[in-house]
Amino acid sequence: MRLSAKKTEENIFKVLMITSTGVVVGSLLMVFAVVLIKGAPAMSLSMITSVPQGGYYLGKGGGILNAIVGSLYLAFGATILALLLALPVALYLQKDYIGKSRFARVVRFSLDVLWGVPSIVYGVFGFIIMLYLGIRASLLGGIFVLALLELPIMIRAMDEVIKMVPQELKEASYATGANRLETVSRVVLRQVSPGIVSAVILAFGRGIGDAASILFTAGYTDRLPHSLLDPVASLPLAVFFQISTPFPEVQQRAYASALVLLIIVLALSILSRTIAKRYTKYIIR
Amino acid sequence: MGINRPHISVRNLTVAYGINQALEDITVDIPDKQITVIIGPSGCGKTTLLKCFNRLIDLTDDVNISGTVMVDGADIYKDQSVDPIYVRKKMGLLSQKPFPLPMSIYDNVAYGPRLHMRHNKKELDTMVEKHLKLVGLWEEVKNRLSDPASKLSMGQQQRLCLARGLAVEPEILLADEPTSALDPISAQHIEKTFAELKKSYTVVVVTHILRQARRLADYIVFLYMGRLIEHGPAHVILNNPKEPKTQAYISGEIS
Repeated sequence: MRLSAKKTEENIFKVLMITSTGVVVGSLLMVFAVVLIKGAPAMSLSMITSVPQGGYYLGKGGGILNAIVGSLYLAFGATILALLLALPVALYLQKDYIGKSRFARVVRFSLDVLWGVPSIVYGVFGFIIMLYLGIRASLLGGIFVLALLELPIMIRAMDEVIKMVPQELKEASYATGANRLETVSRVVLRQVSPGIVSAVILAFGRGIGDAASILFTAGYTDRLPHSLLDPVASLPLAVFFQISTPFPEVQQRAYASALVLLIIVLALSILSRTIAKRYTKYIIR
Repeated sequence: MGINRPHISVRNLTVAYGINQALEDITVDIPDKQITVIIGPSGCGKTTLLKCFNRLIDLTDDVNISGTVMVDGADIYKDQSVDPIYVRKKMGLLSQKPFPLPMSIYDNVAYGPRLHMRHNKKELDTMVEKHLKLVGLWEEVKNRLSDPASKLSMGQQQRLCLARGLAVEPEILLADEPTSALDPISAQHIEKTFAELKKSYTVVVVTHILRQARRLADYIVFLYMGRLIEHGPAHVILNNPKEPKTQAYISGEIS
């Protein structure tokens, strides 16, 4: 009796786990399917190789090259900038430096709060700063605000993986007479390199997919940017603008734009994983 | 047995983690170029004492150290001119579980030398080969030096860690239960290497395996609950211990 009750319990939980996993994977696949089915017919070479031409938003010719280029500039720029700031912060938060101090707790808590701040708030904040500095909506403004948006997720993701480095591994390095910088740069970073790559991709994904924060700060234009101070288009906003039109053929292009966005993120994830794999074999478990 | 000058002298060393006393008033000399074995039951402070020698204890949170530890006549805690990095460079460390660094076999051995001096490729090659030979690993890995260290077996990893420690060219070798995670063959290999190394190094081994102490020790330090109960030449401690606690431990009544 007791034994069969245990078995039933086990089975109920198994069903629960399978169902939940199914729901999660299913929703993801459905998103992919909808974007693919609705977007594929509008996909064409000109879609990804030309900028909008006259009457594009009414259904005439052209493409979204402006948004593709804009998004890549914005997301790469922001991710590189965020990486430059996030890595030192994540390392500084470790036990070897400020570690368990109250200050470290405050920093972690602030980052967790920042993570939850809606991106439109970042956009408004960035816009106010830019007004104050006299900068207009531009690639530069967009990069700064997106970097700000990416920072919390990047730092906390790095922090969590670096925290997992066994103390003994660090001690092995210190015992040979290495200082903190040598230990961190030559041992810790090698040990966590795949985790760092994941953190960067996670942040890149958030950056390239965000619309609200760059609405006021990067602007939107049908042209390709020629300098950091030019306004730029972006894929999320391209999706938004096209889906808001009353024309079905333009709405279809919104799905095609979303598809391009998905493909970029997917391609980058696969590429980075392949690169990270080369270092995985060195990791000490 | 001739009396050597002590390599490490500990005077009234007391260590506490927060409110937990780990070591209390330890005074002992570690003789030069011999194998000193620190024995005692689990949690008696053996590892803490070892970590005090190379100041690895500094990395522990909330630790309080008083008393002195002299290495080659210099007070490594109070003398401001003594850099912990210099102290650590003087001592190789072998930990309980092998922790190779996340890099190739070659880079593991070359890690220390690269930190402390600029070497050209040829000098490094020579050093790597020399130290891998010293620990008896060379023949097994000479054709795959660029393989990740993590691919080696546990026993090989531990020998690699020993080679890494020795490559810094220390004077003292500290080992914290270095064979407890190893198979008997690898353990024997490590012990043999120690016996070889004491010709040119001062070796300090922490163990809770009494038989290992019998095989290795020239000098024995017996700790019990954070206190130093007895220390002396191995044959004296093992055969004619004075203190009742030591007698009890040696005879196996307490472990």
